[in-house]
Amino acid sequence: MSNEATLHSQQEVMHGAAAHGHGHDDHEHHHEGGFISKYVFSMDHKTIAKQFLITGILWAIVGAFFSVLFRLQLGFPDTSFPWLESILGHWAKGGHISPEAYYALVTMHGTILVFFVLTAGLSGTFSNLLIPLQVGARDMASPFMNMLSYWFFFMASCVMMTSLFVQTGPASGGWTAYPPLSALGDASIGSKIGMDLWLTSMALFVVSQLLGGLNYISTILNMRTKGMSMTKMPLTIWSFFFTAVLGVLSFPVLLSGFILLLFDRHAGTSFYLSELFVAGKALSNEGGSAILYQHLFWFLGHPEVYIIILPAMGMVSEILAVNARKPIFGYLAMVGSMFAIAILAFLVWAHHMFVTGLNPFLGAFFVLLTLLIAVPSAIKVFNWITTIWKGNIRFTPGMLFSIGFVSTFISGGLTGIWLGNSSIDIHLHDTYFVIAHFHIVMGVSAFFGTFAGVYHWFPKMFGRFLNNTLSYIHFWITLIGAYLIFWPMHYEGMAGMPRRYYDYSNWESFKQFGDLNHFISIVVIIVFAAQLMFVFNFFYSIFKGRKLTTTNPWNSTTLEWTTPINPGHGNWPGEIPEVYRWPYDYSKDGKDFIPQTVPLSPDEEAAGGH
Amino acid sequence: MSGYLAVLVVVLIFIVIFQIAKASEYVSILKGEKKARQQSNRVNGFLMISFLVLGLIGVYYCNELLRGKMGSGAASEQGEGIDNMIMWTLIITGIVFVITQILLFWFAFKYQEKEGQKAFYFPHNNKLELIWTVIPAIALTILVAIGLRHWFRITSEAPKDAMIVEITGKQFNWLIRYPGKDGQLGRKFFKNINEATNPVGQDWDDQLNKDDYMVNEMHLVVNKPVKLIIGSRDVIHDVGLSHFRMKMDAVPGIPTTLWFTPKYTSAEMKKREDNPDFVYEISCDQMCGSGHYSMKANIIVETQAEFDAWAAKQKTQFGLAHESATPPAAPAADSTQKAVAVNVVKH
Repeated sequence: MSNEATLHSQQEVMHGAAAHGHGHDDHEHHHEGGFISKYVFSMDHKTIAKQFLITGILWAIVGAFFSVLFRLQLGFPDTSFPWLESILGHWAKGGHISPEAYYALVTMHGTILVFFVLTAGLSGTFSNLLIPLQVGARDMASPFMNMLSYWFFFMASCVMMTSLFVQTGPASGGWTAYPPLSALGDASIGSKIGMDLWLTSMALFVVSQLLGGLNYISTILNMRTKGMSMTKMPLTIWSFFFTAVLGVLSFPVLLSGFILLLFDRHAGTSFYLSELFVAGKALSNEGGSAILYQHLFWFLGHPEVYIIILPAMGMVSEILAVNARKPIFGYLAMVGSMFAIAILAFLVWAHHMFVTGLNPFLGAFFVLLTLLIAVPSAIKVFNWITTIWKGNIRFTPGMLFSIGFVSTFISGGLTGIWLGNSSIDIHLHDTYFVIAHFHIVMGVSAFFGTFAGVYHWFPKMFGRFLNNTLSYIHFWITLIGAYLIFWPMHYEGMAGMPRRYYDYSNWESFKQFGDLNHFISIVVIIVFAAQLMFVFNFFYSIFKGRKLTTTNPWNSTTLEWTTPINPGHGNWPGEIPEVYRWPYDYSKDGKDFIPQTVPLSPDEEAAGGH
Repeated sequence: MSGYLAVLVVVLIFIVIFQIAKASEYVSILKGEKKARQQSNRVNGFLMISFLVLGLIGVYYCNELLRGKMGSGAASEQGEGIDNMIMWTLIITGIVFVITQILLFWFAFKYQEKEGQKAFYFPHNNKLELIWTVIPAIALTILVAIGLRHWFRITSEAPKDAMIVEITGKQFNWLIRYPGKDGQLGRKFFKNINEATNPVGQDWDDQLNKDDYMVNEMHLVVNKPVKLIIGSRDVIHDVGLSHFRMKMDAVPGIPTTLWFTPKYTSAEMKKREDNPDFVYEISCDQMCGSGHYSMKANIIVETQAEFDAWAAKQKTQFGLAHESATPPAAPAADSTQKAVAVNVVKH
């Protein structure tokens, strides 16, 4: 109790500080309300969230378009597309993408989508938007650091974008950038200047993630409004919290791996290089280990997939509850399973390395720990399904994408049980089975989570709705298309068809899938067009969408809907509301919903409250 | 021209969809928010259950269509173990998949918003949660146990009588070395590498190297275990043996191994697969540069007699290297250049 009192008094101080901040603004008259400080170098978490979202959308278009380009090669290896030469020049002579260009496209597709879209675009957007709004804070713990976080991401984006236009092309050794391939310009044209730009960009990106992550953690821990104990936080906030912790602990390891790689590239060190004979001569490097890089990379790389999926899980939990008009089932189990996932995320990285010559005894532990993750994941899935059981479901676009998320998370998660078992992984490693698995479970699912979040919180962001009909078309094409694209790939993988191949027509073992590849590529183009339709809907609705008439369009219990339709900097015009109950009182005691700001009734008090 | 036409058609479709979407928004405003929501709810609820039914039919249809393209099953003893594991994992995950997807979409359909329907306040239930913690835990324990049994068997030491073959990856082909009559591979060092005469860098002072020979096509004996000594000269490659269900990275500076026992000769496989062109292929399964997709070598599995006859015909690399020392290149080019030529066809 005394703790809460202290917290409250701290917040009072903070309010004072915020007020002071405004006073301070008045000193700089030329900035006050100016376009630059309002929309560009803004310290308002809501504007920063929109900046992350729009940058993420732009990157998503680029990344997805790259996949369309390389799917053209896979689906139509014998067809010439003269327009490709118009846009790619000598990278697509005669209308055929060259192998070098193909590998560059594949690499950039992975990098862009994993890091720039599903990390920055997803948790950057929603952590920024929702943490202060849902815990009841005026802004982030450090709005300035928060602004820097976006601008570091922006710089990373600029450097990465630049790398697309250098003469030797961007990085092309896969998004994992394994050395020695990524270390030696002689081994691959993409490992020349393109790789340096890639590493620079990623280093800036890591800085952005750390600035953002530290802010998210400190805001959640220190700036909750009165009454908002940790167990009264919406699951979204819990998921952003675990995501930020994962990022803060694992991104520095990635950075260290990258720095060693830079040393190997330019300082003549041999961290990853040993006994190489490249371009007709033996190199002087001896004693390094190429596998060391993989350990450093996957120590981030595996938590990274949870950095991508946890925010989606949190948002989906929230949206399912709101639209089923039911409390999320097993709130504490949901928090507990996210905690378990966050811990286990650090203990499974070597399952990406079962066939690197890893000690089999060590591999056995990674099998055990990897399959252990399936338990909290299963709990979450069953809890989601129970949440919609006996609900009164409204199929808002956000709800549809949330149901889609659960479906794809099941489909992709189950194949994780295959791949996590090392003996099956021997056969399926680096085949299309892996592509199918991770695209469904962290690509499509995370996108569904993002879309659900965008559709659900768009009214909060812009005070308008997205067009419903376009949203429904978008959902159904995407769900059906995603399954049509990735489901058959499991079969290609079971035949052992390797990933990252430019052409299969010379392979007796794999060329039987030519027709299938053709089919998949056609679906890819249709699904891509549907995403462009979403982008159109998004930008059109910002300006022309149907306007909100109430502050709480979904009849939701959480705090963000207690702010005005278009909240200013500081979020609440008056006092920050106080919280009395958990965020999931839907259909309780005959009431459709009870906002968190409503005090417990005497009956509830007697029952021990929530 | 047709390109512009296609773009035009797509844009037109976009515009039509957009106009419909805008019109339906106006209609829904006229009808009132509640009524519009009920209507779209019914449509989406129906689509949910249709997606479930058509999806499950689709899964079945996809299986019928593609099952035959996965080949005739594992061609090695170890691979059969892996296939067996895949089957058990498929059964367990398949059951879970069908049940959970049915529940998800069926609930979505069944509990769609209806006039007068009240959602059931059901925040938690310890017994249920315990059940679905314990059951997956047990199922996974079983899978881990079976999996590790296979894993330790597959990664165990190769039998003493196993045949030894060395395979070294380079951009973009495989260098295959046999130990010759003495059954032992000679020493090698990367600074000895000479593209023309000594592709893996054999140390000619080592007597064991005198009878080692290099080939473009790996020959193995049916039902005889083979241990591959795997290495790389430049970047990381991966020896992918899809028919044998085997795979191991080729890492520069760190030798790796794998062993397996082929069960069918190449001739038998042609019959099993019903494909006269069937050939065991070694694919590179780790991204290794622009020629990654073309990094191929073939394996011939044959009887001991056939193998012995073939082995007897092979010339030692030592011989080739020293023979060509006077007139450089010609025969030594045999082992490397030909392989390069085969693999660089597409370039």
